[in-house]
Amino acid sequence: MLENFNFRIIWEYMPFFLEGLRNTFLISIVSLVLALLVGISACACRLSQWRLLRGAATIYIESIRSTPLLVQIYFFYFGLPTLGLRIPEIQTGILALMLNSGAYIAEIVRAGIVSVSAGQIEAGIASGLNYFQRMRFIILPQALGVTVPPLLGQAIVLFKDSALLSMIAVAELTRSGQVLSSERFMPSEAFLTVAFFYLCIYFFLKSLADWSQKKLIFREAY
Amino acid sequence: MMLSYFQRLIEILPFFLKGLKMTVAVAGLGLIIGTLFGFLLGILRASDKKWLTWPIGVYVALIRGTPFIVQIFIIFFILPDWGVQLDAFPAAILAMSILGAAFICEIVAGGVKAVDRGQWEAATSSGLNIIQKLRFVIVPQAMQTILPPLVGQYVLLIKDSSVVSVIGVMELTRVGWLTVVRIPEGLMVFSLVGVLYFAISYPLILLSNRMERKMSLGQVRL
Repeated sequence: MLENFNFRIIWEYMPFFLEGLRNTFLISIVSLVLALLVGISACACRLSQWRLLRGAATIYIESIRSTPLLVQIYFFYFGLPTLGLRIPEIQTGILALMLNSGAYIAEIVRAGIVSVSAGQIEAGIASGLNYFQRMRFIILPQALGVTVPPLLGQAIVLFKDSALLSMIAVAELTRSGQVLSSERFMPSEAFLTVAFFYLCIYFFLKSLADWSQKKLIFREAY
Repeated sequence: MMLSYFQRLIEILPFFLKGLKMTVAVAGLGLIIGTLFGFLLGILRASDKKWLTWPIGVYVALIRGTPFIVQIFIIFFILPDWGVQLDAFPAAILAMSILGAAFICEIVAGGVKAVDRGQWEAATSSGLNIIQKLRFVIVPQAMQTILPPLVGQYVLLIKDSSVVSVIGVMELTRVGWLTVVRIPEGLMVFSLVGVLYFAISYPLILLSNRMERKMSLGQVRL
């Protein structure tokens, strides 16, 4: 089965894989930070009192959540040039990932805010706490426990989703596997190495997520 | 200008409906097989025998830890090296089933574990064998916790089916990609693709939301 698995070729292409890995990291982190900003703003709009803002945020969130990411990537990749906007593939990819994750993050943040009951906030007001004190001591500690674990889950999803950018020729990890596979006709070496790298990052992020969950629950019980 | 735009849209529509049919076929078959194996593995995973749960856990981690696109490449490009030559369509179904079973397995295991221990003991003392216990006592109760996330998972899997376009299955996303190469109207083509995905997944999202609300109401009543 794997008797002629060629480790030499993997070693030869290692700098290339590492560059792909670095790009996957960079793309994921930049997209995640931007998605947090988009998500929090979209959530604020969704909970706002103006119907127009609420409607716009709902349309954005629901249309992202009911279409595949690959279609969204192609939409921007093939669609922006027809509007006369020519931006590099990597920026197009980050734009798609940011808007995609932003919609999911908006829902996660909303669930966190809604989970703090109105009675808690009223009790805070009655205790004479001002807005910032209520946020700092009552709302955020409770909301973060509900929000941080699923946010880390979304970060894992985002990092795996970045693999789809290989379809618009962004030089990330999966793309480096595709290149090795087509240059040397060695799909086993190429894609099993790629899968190995993804697994390493996955287990790292997963243990981070589990650790944060334990920490947050501990603090809540405290 | 506007008229010719819509004329084109109507011209390409039948092509897209064919793609939609293929998406329904790939996603549908993948979901059915994935659900069957997911339930089987999930029930086994909920047992307390280490030699059963451990290998299933490894399988789930391998699938959850790698991007779907990499799994498809492994199935489509590497299996032939090992003597299993698959066409694009069966390869897509296989990949979808493996992916679906892993995620559904976790949901089912969670639901089965959530059933109170006393129910197992009561079923045992009623003289039911293991199949009867599962069929009449455990699974019907577990279904309440399983169903809402299961429908949510279906939506994710239907969207993931867009990724099988990369190995040339003529489903919706692939049709969009082929069209946009000939007619450079990226916005129109991928909006249409998006609308068709929306038509499948949005009803399921609404169903999942309704189930979740119903379930939380049911818990309040208890």
